[in-house]
Amino acid sequence: MRINGAQAVLESLKQEGVDVVFGYPGGAVLTLYDAVYKMKFPHILTRHEQGAVHAADGYARATGKVGVAFATSGPGATNLTTGIATAMIDSVPLVCITGQVATPYIGKDAFQEADVVGITTPITKHNYLVKNVEDLPRVLKEAFFIARTGRPGPVVIDVAKDVFEAKLDYVYPEKVALKGYNGDYTGDPADLDAVMAALAEAKKPLLFAGGGIITSETAELVRDIVRRLGIPSTATLLGLGAIPAGEPGYTSFAGMHGSYASNMAIQECDLLLCVGMRFSDRVTGKVSAFAPHAKVVHFEIDSAEVGKNVRADIPVLGDLRWSLPLLKERVEALPENTAERFADWRAHVAKMHEEVPFGWKEEGDAIKPGALIRKVSETMKGAIAVTDVGQHQMWAAQFFDVEEPRHFLTSGGQGTMGYGLPAAMGAKVACPESEVVLFSGDGSIMMNCQEFATIADNDIDVKVLVLHNHILGMVGQWQRLFYNHHYSASELKGKTDLVKLAEAMGVKGYRLTKREELDSRLPEILREKGPILIDVLIPEEEDVLPMVPGGKRLDQMVLGGLKK
Amino acid sequence: MIQKYLLAVLVDNKPGVLTHVSGLISRRAFNIESISAGYTEDPDVTRINIVVSVESEAELDQVVSQLGKLIDVIKIVNLSRVPSIERELVLIKVASTKETRADIATVVDIFRANIVDVHPEDVVIELTGNQGKIDSFCQVLEEYGIIEIARTGAIALSRGPIPVKRM
Repeated sequence: MRINGAQAVLESLKQEGVDVVFGYPGGAVLTLYDAVYKMKFPHILTRHEQGAVHAADGYARATGKVGVAFATSGPGATNLTTGIATAMIDSVPLVCITGQVATPYIGKDAFQEADVVGITTPITKHNYLVKNVEDLPRVLKEAFFIARTGRPGPVVIDVAKDVFEAKLDYVYPEKVALKGYNGDYTGDPADLDAVMAALAEAKKPLLFAGGGIITSETAELVRDIVRRLGIPSTATLLGLGAIPAGEPGYTSFAGMHGSYASNMAIQECDLLLCVGMRFSDRVTGKVSAFAPHAKVVHFEIDSAEVGKNVRADIPVLGDLRWSLPLLKERVEALPENTAERFADWRAHVAKMHEEVPFGWKEEGDAIKPGALIRKVSETMKGAIAVTDVGQHQMWAAQFFDVEEPRHFLTSGGQGTMGYGLPAAMGAKVACPESEVVLFSGDGSIMMNCQEFATIADNDIDVKVLVLHNHILGMVGQWQRLFYNHHYSASELKGKTDLVKLAEAMGVKGYRLTKREELDSRLPEILREKGPILIDVLIPEEEDVLPMVPGGKRLDQMVLGGLKK
Repeated sequence: MIQKYLLAVLVDNKPGVLTHVSGLISRRAFNIESISAGYTEDPDVTRINIVVSVESEAELDQVVSQLGKLIDVIKIVNLSRVPSIERELVLIKVASTKETRADIATVVDIFRANIVDVHPEDVVIELTGNQGKIDSFCQVLEEYGIIEIARTGAIALSRGPIPVKRM
């Protein structure tokens, strides 16, 4: 088939099963967009390249498929970088295709030229600059393979403008042949025997579920193992959904704003089974005092994560799709009464969660964030929850019941404000049958509010709740606690009317101001068809609790009035 | 205690590889003593020789694991852990006059170095050896006045018939 480079790109996307691309055109990708036009390739025009890449990310997190974004050279490509970094640290598979100036102009500081390979090297799993059209099919094949296999991540393909125009005899390769990468991570079964030996000695084992379980689609195995052993469990922020919210002995997420019971259980346990996680400082608190009594088992695909932040007494290196079936097999061979051994310990952890649950205090008419999110969780059971970044993100994690994997999409590692709206859009495009709700704040929502236009024009049915407290809430919380209440550059007491903002772009807007409206109006609004913004006024000075202050041990939580 | 290790890193001979390797070293804040790259017996493979200095085994493991994650890295072998021969090439320009030239030539002979260029005001000396030998040679030459030095960084091969790619 004799076609040009642009057609070869789209043909390859078809071969990879890509059903939609998020993007934004420009000079260097005009030929690519001409092919989009001619081939009627499904494409959603966002209103900013950052919107496109976060949308591709939301699409990928909601499905496990590779998300795809297009952008032009120079500023188009640099606008992708925040989204690429966000995907990289949370191990999200993306392929970003950027235009580059034509080959003869590369390195000449041409119009809209930027060194995209140089800029994206630290924030991609791999990247390419394509200067020869014959390389395109191979590079695309490799890019998708690299993005989705092993520990997934973003891959950037920077394509010179003239390469899109050049002709080639197109054949899509059937296999990839990379000398240094095969995506296969099979480990040593003997490691599992060491885990079983540690389990045999343990009195207080705890399972710690990370995002790797979601990525590798192994939640069922983890649930089976937890149930068979009868042990308590917790999760990281990205691990929410691995274990269902109501599971006995499961105490929601751990870390800086995690539950009291999760953090105490980590500090008390004698065996910590860490599955697909990377021990972020937000999870460990003071790292030298993390899980001081525990033997740490680390199930991990990426050898560079083992021992990077926390010592692993028993590393189990390999894909969870390899290790967890073996663990399950061994756990199932244990005596029937195994769960009894851990029953008291699990009851102790569950009791801590009952005594100090996530909570809030009602105050007059005010809408409290906890009450709002609980209400949405009940009204939209089974919805995919997406968050922006800040206080509302932590409240969403605390109060929204996540029952299934890929139902809580949040920028964990980067903490990217502005992630939410485009990511929610991508999730809804990926899963049209699912309800999608975004929790955002009056800070975060402004960072990609231009995407209300995309949502409206494409009728993407996302329910957007803005927890509006007239301040950058998390910044304000730290300023209250550690900077003598100095609200330096954090107050948002301007004239912005978020309802009008949404309506100006074609999204219906509502405002809730009183607690009673959570019952009298909210459920009805959430049941309306089509995209909606709900501007919910909440009190300004509300802390996210519990909180492990920076550098403190997990058991040194600030609880406020949470303890019953 | 700071330890140095020489890593032989086989990588794809493709554009962008050096960006990937050097970018990784800088963003992970690894301490590199020297780095050199060159063609190998296989035209598709480049060999990068990295001397890394680390404070612990864990830090060394991090360097190796992080490098290993790069898609274009094919193989990494720590040649400091196996019997191996290590060499570095240095070119040294030393100030010399009629009076000192003979003295310098004697030092050059003792170290089995070579004078590769002579000028009325200087000589250029070539020496191959391990880092210690080169360091002591430079120390001796200092009294004559070293004008400039160019060093390649260390490279190494294992002893015996098994190449790095089959280790």
